[in-house]
Amino acid sequence: MSDKVLQVNDLRIRFRNGKETSQPIRGVNFHVKKGETLGIVGESGCGKSVTSLSVMGLLPIKTSEIVSGEILFNNRDISRLKEKEYRKLRGNEISMIFQEPMTSLNPVFTIGEQLSEPLRQHKKMSKSEIRNNIIAVLKQVGLPRAEQIIDEYPHQLSGGMRQRVMISLALLCHPKLMIADEPTTALDVTIQAQILELLKEIKVKNEMSLMLITHDLSVVAEMCDRVVVMYAGEVVEEAEVNELFDRPLHPYTQGLMKSLPSNNERKSKLFSIDGQVPKPSEIGEGCVFANRCPFAFEKCFAETPPAFNRGKHISKCWLQDPAVKEVMQNEERSIVNS
Amino acid sequence: MLDFVIKRLIQVGVVVLLALTVVFFLIRLSGDPTALFLPPDAPREQIEEYREKLGFNRPIYVQYGDFMVNAVQGDFGQSLRSREDALPLVLDRLPATFQLAISALVLSLLISIPLGVLSAFRRNSIFDRIAVAFTVLGQAVPSFWLGLLLIYFFAAQLNMLPSGGAGSITHLLLPMVTLAAYSVARFTRFTRSTMLDVLRKDYIRTAKASGVPTIRLIGRYALKNSLIPIITLVALDLGTLLGGAVITEVVFAWPGIGRLLMQSLMNRDFPIVLAGVFIIALIYAVINFIADVLYAYVNPQIRVK
Amino acid sequence: MTVNIPKVTHTTQAIKVKKQSAVVTFFSNLLRSWTGMVGFLIMILLLFISIFGQWIVPYDPLLADFSKKLLPPMTDGHLLGTDQLGRDIFSRIILGARVSVIIGLTTVLIAGTFGTIVGIISGYFRGWVDVILMRIVDVQLSFPFILLVLVINAIIGSGLRNIIISLAIGGWVIFARVIRSEVLALREKEFITACVATGVSRTGILFKHILPNLFTPIIILSSLQIGTYIIAEASVSFLGFGVQPPEPAWGNMLNEGKDYIFSSWWLITFPGIAIMITALGVNLFGDWLRDTLDPELKGE
Repeated sequence: MSDKVLQVNDLRIRFRNGKETSQPIRGVNFHVKKGETLGIVGESGCGKSVTSLSVMGLLPIKTSEIVSGEILFNNRDISRLKEKEYRKLRGNEISMIFQEPMTSLNPVFTIGEQLSEPLRQHKKMSKSEIRNNIIAVLKQVGLPRAEQIIDEYPHQLSGGMRQRVMISLALLCHPKLMIADEPTTALDVTIQAQILELLKEIKVKNEMSLMLITHDLSVVAEMCDRVVVMYAGEVVEEAEVNELFDRPLHPYTQGLMKSLPSNNERKSKLFSIDGQVPKPSEIGEGCVFANRCPFAFEKCFAETPPAFNRGKHISKCWLQDPAVKEVMQNEERSIVNS
Repeated sequence: MLDFVIKRLIQVGVVVLLALTVVFFLIRLSGDPTALFLPPDAPREQIEEYREKLGFNRPIYVQYGDFMVNAVQGDFGQSLRSREDALPLVLDRLPATFQLAISALVLSLLISIPLGVLSAFRRNSIFDRIAVAFTVLGQAVPSFWLGLLLIYFFAAQLNMLPSGGAGSITHLLLPMVTLAAYSVARFTRFTRSTMLDVLRKDYIRTAKASGVPTIRLIGRYALKNSLIPIITLVALDLGTLLGGAVITEVVFAWPGIGRLLMQSLMNRDFPIVLAGVFIIALIYAVINFIADVLYAYVNPQIRVK
Repeated sequence: MTVNIPKVTHTTQAIKVKKQSAVVTFFSNLLRSWTGMVGFLIMILLLFISIFGQWIVPYDPLLADFSKKLLPPMTDGHLLGTDQLGRDIFSRIILGARVSVIIGLTTVLIAGTFGTIVGIISGYFRGWVDVILMRIVDVQLSFPFILLVLVINAIIGSGLRNIIISLAIGGWVIFARVIRSEVLALREKEFITACVATGVSRTGILFKHILPNLFTPIIILSSLQIGTYIIAEASVSFLGFGVQPPEPAWGNMLNEGKDYIFSSWWLITFPGIAIMITALGVNLFGDWLRDTLDPELKGE
C-alpha cells in the first residue's frame, strides 16, 4: 500500500445552493502511485475538477460538504483536516496548476512576489534564499531571462510563459503530488506540446506523481501511465493507458475513442455520442450512462452496476458482469442454432 | 510615468479653463450682467456707469478674453460688498474647508474599508446584514438633516459640543461626522461588493493553493486588487464630498469656502462666486489628477509599459 | 379561408398571455425580495399622497394661526405638532410630498430625455460629435453636482420651475455618459453587425434594434436618479434657494425649523424623516430593479 501517494476511497460530495442540494461526486475511487502519471478524463461537468479541488481542500466551505469517503495522502486521511492543517500541505506537498494561466496570476503583484508565497509559508528561508530558489525554478521550467522575469508583472508575459510560471509556482516546494487541471486547454497548439513535454520532464526530475485532468484523450495517450474515466460524477472505467486504448470496456469510453479524429482515415463525419450528460438532480437508480448507451438493456436502468475487475482493468458496466456475459453468449448460440 | 503625469496635468488645466468658460457664459446669458454685479436697488445712472466701467458694452468675445486673461492671473475683480479682491477672500477660507473635507475623508476611509472587507469576508452573517442595512440607510439620509439631528442631540440636549463655528477640535467633530456619514455608507457598500468580486477570482484560488493563510490572503492580496476600483470611486466621490462640505459648512457655520460661496450667492456677489467656482474646480481637478497617479501606482498594467 | 380565422385568434391570444405573464413575473419577482417590495410600497404610497394629498390633509397647510404656534406633536389634534406660524406640520409634510414627487419625476423626464438623446448621438455616430459632446460631459462632471445645481439656481432664480431646470442641467450628463457606453457596447454586438451585413439602414438599426435595447438601462438609471434629485432639491431648498416658502417643501420646512432647534425638536424631525423614507423607498426599488433586470450590474 505504501507505493500509493494518493488514495481516494468512495468519495461523495454534496453541494448546497440555498435549499437545493446536488451530489456532483458519488462514490469515486482511484489512487495515484509514486512517480506515476494518472489521467482523469471526462467531459466538462463530469466532476473531474470538483474531485481535484477536494484533494486540494479548496472546495467552497459554506456550500459544499464531503458526505462520506476518505482522501488518503501518504496513508493519512486529509478529507477532514482543519483549514490550518490543510494549509501546510497546499503548495508544499500537494500543488496544483490551473486551466487559465491568464487569470490565475494576480495582476498587481510581480512574479517574484507571488512565487515567494509557498516558500514563505512552508520553508524557513531568508529573502535572498527565496529569490535564488525562485530563479532556479524559473530556469528549470525553461523560462529565459529568469533574473528579469522575477521582477515583472503577469501582463508582461505571454500565455505560455505564464503557464510555465504557474508550473514553477507548483514546483517550488518539491511536492509529492502535482495536480494539473487542464493545463494546456487555454494555450495555442504549439505551446501545448511544449508545456506537456515540460510537465513530463519535471515529473521525472522531481520524482513526483502527477494527476492530469483533461478532456483530451490525445493528451492522455501522450502523458499518462494509467487512466480513470469519469462520467456524471462517477468513475466508470480505470485501466493502464495502453490497455484502455486497445480494449475500452465501457460503452462511454468506446464512444470517446470513436469521437477522436483519426489521422489515418478521413471520415466525412465525426462520431458523437447522442444525448446529454444527466443533471445531478436527474440521477436515480441504474447506470448513469444508460440513457445514452447503445447497448443498454433492462438491468441497466434498474440497478447501478458495481465495479467489475478484469485484472487491473476496472469498469462499471453490466456488460462486464460474468453472469450477463454467459446469458448473452447463450443467446448468441441460440440465435446461431436456430 | 513622467509622460503620464504631464499629460494629466495638461488635462487639469483644460478642465479648469473650460469650467470657468461655462460659468462665465452662464452668468452672462442669464441676464444683464451689470444688474448681477450691483445690488438690485441700484439707480439707472449707476447701472449705465457700471456698464461702461466694467466694459459690458464691448462685444462678448472681448469680454470673455479679458475675463480669462485676468482669471488666469488670479484677478476675479472685487467683492461687491466689501470691495476686497475676490480671490484672496476665497483663499482665506480654503484651510477651513480642507480641514473639514480631509478629516471627513480620512474618517470615512478608516471606517468603511475595514467594514466593507469584513462584511465581504463574513458574507451573509449577521454582521454583514447589519452593515448592509446601515449602508442602505446611510445613503438615504440627507447630510444636512443628519447635521441638524446631531446639533439637536449633542448641542441642544446633551450640551456636550458646540452647535457651530470653528476654532477647536470640538467644533470640528460634528461637521466631520456629518460630512463623513454619506461617504462611509457608499464606500462600505462599494468595498464590500468589490471585495466579493475579487475573492471569486482565479488568482485568489492560486494564492490559496500556495498555502497563503486567510488573513494574509485578504489583507495583502485581495485588498490590493480591490484598491484600484476603490480609489477610482473615492476620487469620483470627492466631488460629492466637496458639495456636501458646502452644505455642512452652512449648517454648522463653518468658515470655509462653501459658506462664503453660499453667502455670495445669496448676496449676488458674483466676483466671489466666480473665484469660488474657479478654486473648487481647480481643487477637484487636482484631486482627480492625484487619484489618477495613485491609480497608476497600484495598477502595474498602467505603470509598467 | 375558414381555416385561417382560428389561426389569427390563436396568435392574439398568445400575445395576451405573454403580456399578462410579464406583469405576473414582475410581481412574483417583487414578492421574492422584501426590500424591493418595501421600496415599491413606499413609492406607491408617495404617489397616492401626492395625488390625493389635498383631500386627506386635516388642516389647511398654509393657514397660519399664531395662537397655536409651536405646539408639540399630539396636541390639539395636531398629529405632528405645529410650526412657528401655527401651521399643521402633518398637513404640510403631506403637501410637501407632491413637490418632491413632481420634482423627481419631471427632472428625470427632462434630464433623461436630453441625456439619452445626447448619449445616442455620441455613441452611434461617434467621430468629432462624440469627442465634443463627451468633453462637455467631462467638464461638467468635474464640478460637484450639488454645487452646480446651487450656482445655476442662484443665477436663474428660485421657484419650482427653476429648481427643475437647474436639476436637469446638472443631471443630464449621467444619462449621456451611461447611454453612450451602452450604445457603444450594443454596436459591437453580433446582431447589430448582422444587420449591417444584411443591409439594414442606419436609421433602421437605430430605431428597431438599438433603441429597444436601451430601455432597460434607462429605466434602471432613472429609478436610481430620482432619489438623488429629491435629496438635491431638499438640500437646495434647505439652503434658501429652490422652492420658496410659504409653499411647503420638505427642504424649506427644515430651513425654517432650524432656528427653533433648541426649543421645538419636531420642526426638524418629521420633514427629515419624510425625506429619508422617500429616498430609502426609491433607492430600494431602484436597486431591486437593477438586480432583477440587469444581473451583470448586481451589487454596484
